[in-house]
Amino acid sequence: MDFIKAVLTQPMITRGAVIGILVSLCAALLGVCLVLKRCSMIGDGLSHVAFGTLSIAFALNAAPLLITIPVVMLTAFILLRLSESSSIKGDSAIALISSTALAVGVCAASIGNISIDVNSYMFGSIWLVGREELYYCIPLAIVVIAVFVLCYHDIFLVTYDEDFAKASGTKVGFYKTVIALLTALVVVIGMRIMGTLLISSLVIFPALTSMRVFKSFRGVILCSVAVSAVCFVLGLALSYYSEMPTGASIVVVNAVVFALFSAIGKFCGKK
Amino acid sequence: MSVILKADHICVAYEGKKVVDHVSFEVEHGDYLCIVGENGTGKSSLVKAMLGLVPTCCGKAVFNLKNGKKRIGYLPQQTLLQKDFPASVGETVISGCLSGMKFPKIYRKAEKELAETYMKYLDIYDLRHKATRDLSGGQRQRVLLARALCAADEILVLDEPVSGLDTNAARDLYSCLEKLNREKNITVIMISHDMNSAMKYAAKILHLDTKLLFFGKKEDYLLSIHSKKLLS
Repeated sequence: MDFIKAVLTQPMITRGAVIGILVSLCAALLGVCLVLKRCSMIGDGLSHVAFGTLSIAFALNAAPLLITIPVVMLTAFILLRLSESSSIKGDSAIALISSTALAVGVCAASIGNISIDVNSYMFGSIWLVGREELYYCIPLAIVVIAVFVLCYHDIFLVTYDEDFAKASGTKVGFYKTVIALLTALVVVIGMRIMGTLLISSLVIFPALTSMRVFKSFRGVILCSVAVSAVCFVLGLALSYYSEMPTGASIVVVNAVVFALFSAIGKFCGKK
Repeated sequence: MSVILKADHICVAYEGKKVVDHVSFEVEHGDYLCIVGENGTGKSSLVKAMLGLVPTCCGKAVFNLKNGKKRIGYLPQQTLLQKDFPASVGETVISGCLSGMKFPKIYRKAEKELAETYMKYLDIYDLRHKATRDLSGGQRQRVLLARALCAADEILVLDEPVSGLDTNAARDLYSCLEKLNREKNITVIMISHDMNSAMKYAAKILHLDTKLLFFGKKEDYLLSIHSKKLLS
């Protein structure tokens, strides 16, 4: 009860909860595509790049989101191209880019001698969420949900079978780019709450959890969205009562739900 | 008969190495063409180049289809990724209809009926609520065939459709294709490793070894020197 009252009355927590739920919904939707396409590590790579850019922006005393968003979107675009070309292995490219960005970020933070709390950026904190995020977050959520509602069937086909989609005349490249760019936005906005190291779990967990139980694409999508939102609220509550970092609490809840769904999937599969 | 596909000097290269070298041929409406050749002789690359899935270094393929749009029913080789994809049979088959639809794409009666017709035709209607990953190899190929038919009712392009299937499932799939070719006059272009079935069902043969070795009627192919090596 305490928690519900806090969410409703303390503006800081209200803002965090609204942004968190919206980001969770978006991440779950995009996550299904990324996980099924076997490129879920893109989320991880992007979050590290976002951290690096944020530190540089702070060191230069520039507007953080205005600089970070275009840089991360550009990175998403490049990573997508890299994973398509067979000459450079996509996963090692992501690892290279993300560790470099992380290193640059930490260096920038120390040279600039700025007082950002690296720990809270790594593991997230609801107190970091500002009004600015809210202004970015609401339109983003509307766009992501609109894209998934309006282009649901095309997204299914592109995720399932690119070659068939292309041969029968679907704009595969367009949808892939849209998904990569939206993922970039979700990562940048979500990483304040979840932290650099944990934001990718918001992308990966709901999709994997739903796939334990549901066998149709529609089922997986709907279940991911529900699981993601519920886990966020439970995680936030856990963090409120236990005073653990928000991002970490949410990931722990996600992991428990994943284990639960795995057990249900096994049990139902045996019958 | 009119020409449905005209391939004109198609070349494909990967990292400077030519895998398809100036291949030209024509396919007519209602043809049944098998593309044969040993492993690594550019069969898949040729087909993918024709469909625009890989870039060509020269030449082009022109499809001459009814509505003027490029709508081809393609049945790709299955990747590992697709084998555990969460999708029901119904979802998969009806997604073939998407290419002919306009934004915003919502399945209406016409699409649902089309998918239903082909599911019944290929005897998978009872499986429509099942997950594709729980099906047998033969059933899964029939699902993908139904999807390809929803996308295009004029021409099917298949990349080794029977690989990984047991003898019975392979025979069923071949007889489905034969029926579609005969009854609905659908043009079939198939890559095949299975020479005996290729000789049994195809009307025309294209033998590829980076360059075009033979293209023509099956009867002529059987008399040519090229057939000896593959058939033995």
